[in-house]
Amino acid sequence: MLWETVRLAIQAIFRNTMRSLLTVLGIVIGVAAVIAMVTVGQGSTAQVTADVEKLGTNVVMVMPGQDVMQGGPGGTAAKMFSIRMNDEVQDQIPDVAISAPISQTRARVIFGNENRRTDVVGTDNRYFEAARWELLRGRFFETGEIQSGRTVCIIGETVRQSLFGNSDPIGETVRVKTLSCEIVGLLKSKGASTFGSDQDDFVILPLKTYHRRIAGNTEVLAFYISVRDGASVEDTMEEITLLMRDLRRIGRGEEDDFEVLDMKQFATMLSGITGILTGLLSAVAAVSLLVGGIGIMNIMLVSVTERTREIGIRLAIGAQARQVLLQFLVEAVILSLIGGLIGIGLGLGFAILGAKWLSIPFTPDFSVILLAFGFSALVGVIFGYFPARRAARLDPIEALRHE
Amino acid sequence: MAETAVVELEDISRVYGEGEIAVRALDHVDLTIESGEFTAIMGPSGSGKSTAMNVIGCLDSPTSGNYRFCGVEVGTLTRDQRALLRRQYLGFVFQGYNLLPRTSALANVELPLIYKSVPRAERQLAALEALRKVGLEERAHHDPSELSGGQQQRVAIARALVSNPKVVLADEPTGNLDTKTSVEIIEMLQHLNRDEGLTIIMVTHEQDMADYAERLIWMVDGRIERDDRKPRAA
Ligand SMILES: Nc1ncnc2c1ncn2[C@@H]1O[C@H](COP(=O)(O)OP(=O)(O)OP(=O)(O)O)[C@@H](O)[C@H]1O
Ligand SMILES: [Mg+2]
Repeated sequence: MLWETVRLAIQAIFRNTMRSLLTVLGIVIGVAAVIAMVTVGQGSTAQVTADVEKLGTNVVMVMPGQDVMQGGPGGTAAKMFSIRMNDEVQDQIPDVAISAPISQTRARVIFGNENRRTDVVGTDNRYFEAARWELLRGRFFETGEIQSGRTVCIIGETVRQSLFGNSDPIGETVRVKTLSCEIVGLLKSKGASTFGSDQDDFVILPLKTYHRRIAGNTEVLAFYISVRDGASVEDTMEEITLLMRDLRRIGRGEEDDFEVLDMKQFATMLSGITGILTGLLSAVAAVSLLVGGIGIMNIMLVSVTERTREIGIRLAIGAQARQVLLQFLVEAVILSLIGGLIGIGLGLGFAILGAKWLSIPFTPDFSVILLAFGFSALVGVIFGYFPARRAARLDPIEALRHE
Repeated sequence: MAETAVVELEDISRVYGEGEIAVRALDHVDLTIESGEFTAIMGPSGSGKSTAMNVIGCLDSPTSGNYRFCGVEVGTLTRDQRALLRRQYLGFVFQGYNLLPRTSALANVELPLIYKSVPRAERQLAALEALRKVGLEERAHHDPSELSGGQQQRVAIARALVSNPKVVLADEPTGNLDTKTSVEIIEMLQHLNRDEGLTIIMVTHEQDMADYAERLIWMVDGRIERDDRKPRAA
């Protein structure tokens, strides 16, 4: 009987294909939006995870201020770090393998007729080690260069491309603000980061050079820390926090005026943003599913009215109320399942395009697809019930007399 | 053949509306119809013929009185139980054919069996057999829109027959047909009555059609005025 009902419902739906398709448009859009967004979202999460792994899960950043992710480093009025603090962290915490002091600003770099606005970073060789930068050509800084603040620099691949095209940059001199410096090294490209920024777009100077010639102070913006292999990142972060509170003379009960973040938190933060996005999209999806459901209810009500005579015939020849109810309910459910299927197909299609465009992996999630499918069925049941009940309650005599 | 009553109306009234505007469509009707009878009901418009058919067909409940169908007290049945009764024992033929549009003749005839949960293959066989009885098996896969009025009414008769009912109720079955086609239809009903022993109750406005029946009931103002049986023709 149920299979028969399904067959009848499919027949009824395809008797008016165009109208049926328009009916399910709301569901199609809702489901397609959810599938596309969730799939793209998961793709980008997978990308983040992969990137974080590449960065090293043992990387910790220390920055001044609170909620630095919102305000940006130094966006808050907290006082900056110093080289001494960095070295204390390096020396006093055994599980800190490397702590590299970093300062940074945006500036224009000029070579001949070419120029580029880029990140100018002051640090030392510890940074290359902690962040796992490798050389493509040339060399890292020499100890003497670091200590005396010589005007040498190491550039990223993007800067090379922009300023030098195909010629060799090693040994050339570029201008950064008022400073002329010789390029001694070129870093191997890391490509775009998860956060969308180009990681190779920077020029690195010895920290001392940076302080003297670019910043005009001795502030340090952040510590880039690599935790010893096998040590607990969490415990190390705790130790760093305690030491930093001590170094910055923060009293009991007072808030930290700095933040210690690991790459996992970066990822969490990012998935937090994705979470907001997902929430927003879920709201959109819910609304469009609601609209889709009302569309189905509307068309089913029209259908019940149009087919009053048919219902009368069925009742007269012995259909019971619940059989008629089931017929219309099944019709509504199949209608919305068809909408759901089309939506899933479209959504996956958009997700493939989106993944290509954002160059992230395409990771369809079977459980989400199943969920979308189930949701469509639910919409069909909920919004199909009222029209179906109306059909089932018709009086056969009056229904037969209809029109 | 021992005749048994299939329809027993006892002091049946059906009143539409209340108070001043109340219409007494059936007014204390007593009527017994035996198994195997071919009965015609005639009467002026508004005399309660269709109302009587609806009550007999268990589609409507009388306002008062007792109705026994095949010995079953219909008045005590629920809506769904009456549906079961119709499914099992009753076939309907309407003036306007009432076939499902855009549905083949075969599927239309199958319909009552779907609700009886007859398996598909068996159902199709039975439907084809019923179509054969009305001479339309070659038209099994045609939609109603591709059939003439007479053919549509024959499909409707096949649909009424397919579940082997005890009684077929036909409310003005020839009302929409020309004389020649009407005669075809009425002869088919007569044949079903005589050769298959089917009980038929038919409402008609045409004396010519009523003449085919062996019993004629004349209704006026919700009451039975005359009830004539003629001897079964040889
Ligand atoms: N649903 C209803 N509500 C109110 N009055 C009704 C209803 N159905 C029938 N009637 C009234 O009951 C009376 C009998 O109607 P019925 O349809 O049985 O007549 P009929 O003999 O079949 O007439 P016709 O030959 O025109 O088909 C009429 O006066 C009609 O107006
Ligand atoms: Mg009538």
